[in-house]
Amino acid sequence: MSWEDFMKNRFFAGIAAIAVMSLPVFANPALADITIGVTIPTTGPGAALGIPLKNSIELWPKEIAGEKLKVILLDDAGDPSIATTNARRFANDDKVDVMMGSALTPAAIGAAGVAAEVGVPHFAISPVPPPVAKGKWTFVLPQYSSVLAKRMFTRMKQDGVKRVSFIGFADSYGQQWVEELKNTGKEYGLEVVADERYARADTSVSGQVLKAIAAKPDAVFIGASGTGAALPQIGVRERGFTGPVYVVSGAVTFEFLRIAGKAVENTIFSSGPIMVAEDQPDDSPTKAEGLAYLKAYEGKFGPNSRTQFGSHVWDAMVILKKAVPVALQKAKPGTSEFRAALRDAIESSGPYNATHGVFQFTPQDHYGLDQRGAVLLTAKDGKFQLLPEKK
Amino acid sequence: MHLDATIATFLIQDGLTNGAVYALLGLAIVLVFSVTRVIFIPQGEFVAYGALTLATLDTGNVPGTPKLLLCFGVAAFLLDLWSWRRDLKVDALLRNIALNLGLPLLIYGAVLYLAPLQLPSVVRVLITVSIIAPMGLYVYRIAYRPLADASVLVLLITSVGVHLAMLGLGLIFFGPEGLRAAPLHDGSFTMGPLLVTAQSVLIYLMTILIMIALYFFFEKTLLGKALRATAVNRLGARLVGVRTQLTGVTAFVLAATIAALSGVLMGPITTIYYDTGFLIGLKGFVAAILGGMGSFPVTAIAAIGVGMVESFASFFASNYKEIIVFGLIVPVLIWLSIGAIHHEEE
Repeated sequence: MSWEDFMKNRFFAGIAAIAVMSLPVFANPALADITIGVTIPTTGPGAALGIPLKNSIELWPKEIAGEKLKVILLDDAGDPSIATTNARRFANDDKVDVMMGSALTPAAIGAAGVAAEVGVPHFAISPVPPPVAKGKWTFVLPQYSSVLAKRMFTRMKQDGVKRVSFIGFADSYGQQWVEELKNTGKEYGLEVVADERYARADTSVSGQVLKAIAAKPDAVFIGASGTGAALPQIGVRERGFTGPVYVVSGAVTFEFLRIAGKAVENTIFSSGPIMVAEDQPDDSPTKAEGLAYLKAYEGKFGPNSRTQFGSHVWDAMVILKKAVPVALQKAKPGTSEFRAALRDAIESSGPYNATHGVFQFTPQDHYGLDQRGAVLLTAKDGKFQLLPEKK
Repeated sequence: MHLDATIATFLIQDGLTNGAVYALLGLAIVLVFSVTRVIFIPQGEFVAYGALTLATLDTGNVPGTPKLLLCFGVAAFLLDLWSWRRDLKVDALLRNIALNLGLPLLIYGAVLYLAPLQLPSVVRVLITVSIIAPMGLYVYRIAYRPLADASVLVLLITSVGVHLAMLGLGLIFFGPEGLRAAPLHDGSFTMGPLLVTAQSVLIYLMTILIMIALYFFFEKTLLGKALRATAVNRLGARLVGVRTQLTGVTAFVLAATIAALSGVLMGPITTIYYDTGFLIGLKGFVAAILGGMGSFPVTAIAAIGVGMVESFASFFASNYKEIIVFGLIVPVLIWLSIGAIHHEEE
């Protein structure tokens, strides 16, 4: 057949193309029993959270209590409207038994709204604010900032810090931390003497750093996440500030250490326990799952590939493994009875010893974590270390 | 909080450093616009690619960009084949293979060989620029050349498309986390209270050097004059024998080269993400608008101004910094629209 003839047969070419593209759909067996819908940002500004989550989902077991798992993973790019559309799709088309996502707070709130409306157990992979967490169907996996903040503020008080300069993101993440500092921090004798904001994509924070240091603080508090937090960390050290720097959990990544380099001396990080599972004492309730997760994750994605964000979905599986068998006694998956039974089981089957702490959900508390969900770290030689308690 | 002399000098220095990079980007945007009428939004992605490529080379790894270059080359090759499907000439085909397949393969092979060697930073910069610059060529071939005679609006929409595509490719090839390149030179000296790093001096020197080079290119070389002729009058230039496709390609390669250099200069002083480039490019765009999208000297001066405003805004009102910087455009647009005679897009 000549080229010209082939092109006349565009019709057949089109059919062939459609057939190839739809292969994965046909290949998916419709036999799975428990359906989980996950919406996370694997592209866009939340991709640094979404990609480790996606990797961690690959580590999920194939079945729970003999029931096969069917996982539907959709990208929402961190956009609340896409997350809401995805959640609707999960509820209406896929009839999911469990919903998860998203990793950015506004998108997670969108998904929570759908979950509450249709009655599907929902795990938020972002610390959504209390009004959303009060919802009947939504459970929160990451530590709410107050759990981490109290741990950090206790330490700051012990270190004799009174005047604090805040430098953080000009978004809801930075806002959440500065509010913790201004409201809860007061109880620990902390006074915010400068409140400076920047955006992750900014190429310079010199102005903010100068103003923060000109306020003559005892310590600098950085409320930013990922490698974005490195900019003020390097900035305050370049301007000769030698006092302690306190950095929030979002920045606890190896990429941050790689970029901040020597500037991380005399810096304390708040974090979930997963980053230092090996350093925890053997009787720590978070050690066993933490080591299991790290072994699986770093075995697959290489040494030092761990992040704080990925293991939240592992924790969801820890919870489901205990709650699903309880719910199965009442109803079959795919029914609204099962979803209701599962929701009740999640509330009543705790405590769950997970990688990020010990979850104990109650009808009043859908955050579930206590102080065991927060640790303090220092960094040395490109590695995080557990900071010994100050007596 | 009041401003004292020390803080003011710090802020001026910071504004100057960023402004110099914005100036380079502004110049490239004006260059591309005047020659091809394309508003070059993907400029920022080239900056990010440059910085990220250099940062990856610093660690001794092979960056994703050579592979991307190869993909671009193959796409350009296939497009050329398609456009010649009724009239294929052997010599044109050979030239095409050399340019679209040979060149990226050569660069890819060279990077594969050179990346693991611990080469001096100047060589790493040269490698980076030689990876990014040809991308301008292929991007022009793939996205813009088929539309060379379309309206400014169509070209603008194409630019948005290219920007989004390159953004997504950046995420695939570099990952979601930011990178920071090693400084090209580690030294620094003090001037009064001011700590001046060698990197910032390098930025000033490079900016001035590129401006001088551009001046000589446009004033003294035939190709430069052809570019200017195309900018002044496309049709007229064609009538006197200027190949407007060639001038278009040249403008894009120049812009990509400038963007890669900006990325190389910017990479060591800040953390660059796959999506940071857009905002940096946009600041250059503000400068280009302040320069009326036509004047090189006004654009350069405006860029320094943008850097200064940004720096002082980050001190006085960090929350409103971007609003202040982009707010600069509004009075200028009003002023320009008062002066301009309205005419429909042809």
